[in-house]
Amino acid sequence: MATLRDWLIDDSPASPMQARLGRLYRILGALMHNPLAVVGAIIIVALILAALFAPWLATHDPLRQALAERLLPPSAAHWMGTDELGRDIWSRVVYGARITLVIVALVAVLAAPAGLIIGVVSGYCGGWVDRVLMGITDIFLSLPKLILALAFVAALGPGIENAIIAIAITSWPGYARVARAETLTFKNSEFIAAVRLLGASSLRVNLGHVLPLCTSSMIIRVTLDMAGIILTAAGLGFIGLGAQPPLPEWGAMISRGRSFILDQWWVATMPGFAIILVSLGFCFLGDGLRDVLDPKSGEQR
Amino acid sequence: MKPLLEIENLRITFPTARGDIDVVRGISFTLGRERLGIVGESGSGKSMTGRSILKLVRAPGRVTADKLAFDGIDLRTRSEREMRAIRGARISMVMQDPKFSLNPVMTIGEQIAEALLTHKRLPRREVNDRMHAMLESVRITDPERVARLHPHEVSGGMGQRVMIAMMLIPEPDLLIADEPTSALDVSVQAQVLDIIDELVRRKGMGLIFISHDLNLVSSYCDRILVMNAGEVVEECTAGELMKATHPYTRGLIASIPRLDETRDELPVLDRSAWAKA
Amino acid sequence: MTALSLKDLDISYGDTQITHKVSLDIAEGESFALVGESGSGKSTVLKAIAGLASQWTGEILVLGKPRSHGVDRDFSRVCQMVFQDPYGSLHPRKTVDATLGEALTIHGIGDRSTRVEEVMASVGLDRKFRFRFPHQLSGGQRQRVAIARALMLKPKILLLDEPTSALDVSVQAEILNLLKRLRREQNLTFLLVTHNLPVVSFLCDRLAVMRQGRIIEVASVDELKHGDLREPYSRELMQISAAHAT
Repeated sequence: MATLRDWLIDDSPASPMQARLGRLYRILGALMHNPLAVVGAIIIVALILAALFAPWLATHDPLRQALAERLLPPSAAHWMGTDELGRDIWSRVVYGARITLVIVALVAVLAAPAGLIIGVVSGYCGGWVDRVLMGITDIFLSLPKLILALAFVAALGPGIENAIIAIAITSWPGYARVARAETLTFKNSEFIAAVRLLGASSLRVNLGHVLPLCTSSMIIRVTLDMAGIILTAAGLGFIGLGAQPPLPEWGAMISRGRSFILDQWWVATMPGFAIILVSLGFCFLGDGLRDVLDPKSGEQR
Repeated sequence: MKPLLEIENLRITFPTARGDIDVVRGISFTLGRERLGIVGESGSGKSMTGRSILKLVRAPGRVTADKLAFDGIDLRTRSEREMRAIRGARISMVMQDPKFSLNPVMTIGEQIAEALLTHKRLPRREVNDRMHAMLESVRITDPERVARLHPHEVSGGMGQRVMIAMMLIPEPDLLIADEPTSALDVSVQAQVLDIIDELVRRKGMGLIFISHDLNLVSSYCDRILVMNAGEVVEECTAGELMKATHPYTRGLIASIPRLDETRDELPVLDRSAWAKA
Repeated sequence: MTALSLKDLDISYGDTQITHKVSLDIAEGESFALVGESGSGKSTVLKAIAGLASQWTGEILVLGKPRSHGVDRDFSRVCQMVFQDPYGSLHPRKTVDATLGEALTIHGIGDRSTRVEEVMASVGLDRKFRFRFPHQLSGGQRQRVAIARALMLKPKILLLDEPTSALDVSVQAEILNLLKRLRREQNLTFLLVTHNLPVVSFLCDRLAVMRQGRIIEVASVDELKHGDLREPYSRELMQISAAHAT
């Protein structure tokens, strides 16, 4: 163990791999010094584990209805109680983690690279390319996220896939803005000038040198946005335009529980807790990452 | 005469992942109403020494000293609030780059007036008069116009002169100038230093001039401390700098190219000659 | 043969004209200095030659061939540049190896490992630095990496933009010695931009004094050493340097 650590913090790495792993180790080490970030990371890891091992963690089939056991309060048999169709809420929350994770991951995979590329191209090219791309970005930015997502879902039809597409379409403009701002600050730096003088093509300069510098702020931004994405997804589910029944999506679950909120509080509250917890987890982690990864301050120390 | 500033065994420590690092390792000096130069290379601890006098060393840095007294006031026990009354009014500091030290959204006149009014209550007319007089004394020929400008509208040299005006208008007893001219052109550099020099002499202030430039320090100071790796390795009067004895000081002097350079290779410092660790 | 020849070079940024009719001839193997204060246009001339300021009229001949306005690959094998700030001129996320190897990848040159180590050795960087990131290097070491990067393509001409002004004097001496040795060993042509006349004395053969976008005097370094500059402004610059020299 000690030797592995020595190898990682070695001042003079012997290979690019060791250098990269060493850097990763230092970032993780710094992250571990931030208690909130650790809490956030634990929550996110728990979410991922819950999603992976849902069949083993769930005590019941999340879809099986047992009308005899309707609206039971939390107990040893049903840890979070049951809903109006007698389904076990704990099992549904655990399976709901899968849906949440899929939404979050797909939105990140679709929106972040799109925003990154549009932002970098816009920042690096400047001129009319910049004006056109940023004009489009501004149009998207000026519309409220949930309303825009609503409009898309209304047009595409309700369903989890369309909800993901709608959320992705509404989140890329923020990333494009961040990436463009970063690109503008790096574009005129001397190390970019130096690569250009070596004869590198614009494509190479952008992909190989500008883009990697934007990724850390992108990771921070995406992590911080996750909370909003989860809330938007839950919001769409709540008004019945996201995941369709009987899928155990957290927002849809709250929506169903709304009718019983006064007498059977647990039906709406338990998935609500899950949403709050996961959103908080992403926020904590994002804040921690920002402190560690910020290209302007993080690496200097 | 009682010295203006007394420092004994000053130590500044920063914790790092691999244990504490002493940036300044127990230095001592006293300063009267004279011009003291602190020279050293980057990382020698010269700037930290300057900042510690104003208690501007940021956490997690720790400052300890057996004595840190300014005009009889023990600075070690002063609270942040009490320090604010000392900073500016009694001890001022001019930093390297005026671009980062001036407030971009306030006019130059407002900033100078504020520097004065923070420490004294004065009628508006007198503030204006003193501000214009101060701007004139840093050789700004049309103070009326310059007072209305914003920092980005003036050149670097003018910006640094404005900084000096701001720092000197409350008439402090001690001025700490940390690389006040290294962002400026050589011709402007001389002009700015002449202004500092003249004002310091006229008002009988103490001056601590922190710089990496041996030549500059020796021509504008009475006494010089040479710092290396957190320690004072040489202390001498400015005139005797060329007769310095410590190998580090001698090495530094030798490594500077000269206008009438004839050497084919510049001597390079052999740090192993005196480094302990 | 002339390595670099400028004829009536007018460089502008937007609507502002920075230089006026700058003409120079620099022989192959020569070390030439452009001196002046900030705003004199000396760095702009360097940028125009490098291809980083494309808005110019006049003529730039490099080894007898006229230079286009942008950066092209053939040119980059002939002429390279070293920047002033060793903290800003290295990519913060790339190891020394990646920074140096980039030139080889761009130009499709193989034998990467050997060539990187060769160049590192020639600029006096130990092998143990090869996979370090810039923040793990001192200012002097960073500048050595920047010089090594410029030498990767074995250029004939090196443009030096105040290569030592951000460094401590003891480190400056090391870098100046290094540049002098490299020039001798690889028969390089230097065009150095600086405000520091003693550095010119040490490193250069000839100098041009620039003021407000014009060259006001071209002189040999011997004239500088003997204080024989003709123009009043040049003499003023010289006197300021001399006044602070002890």
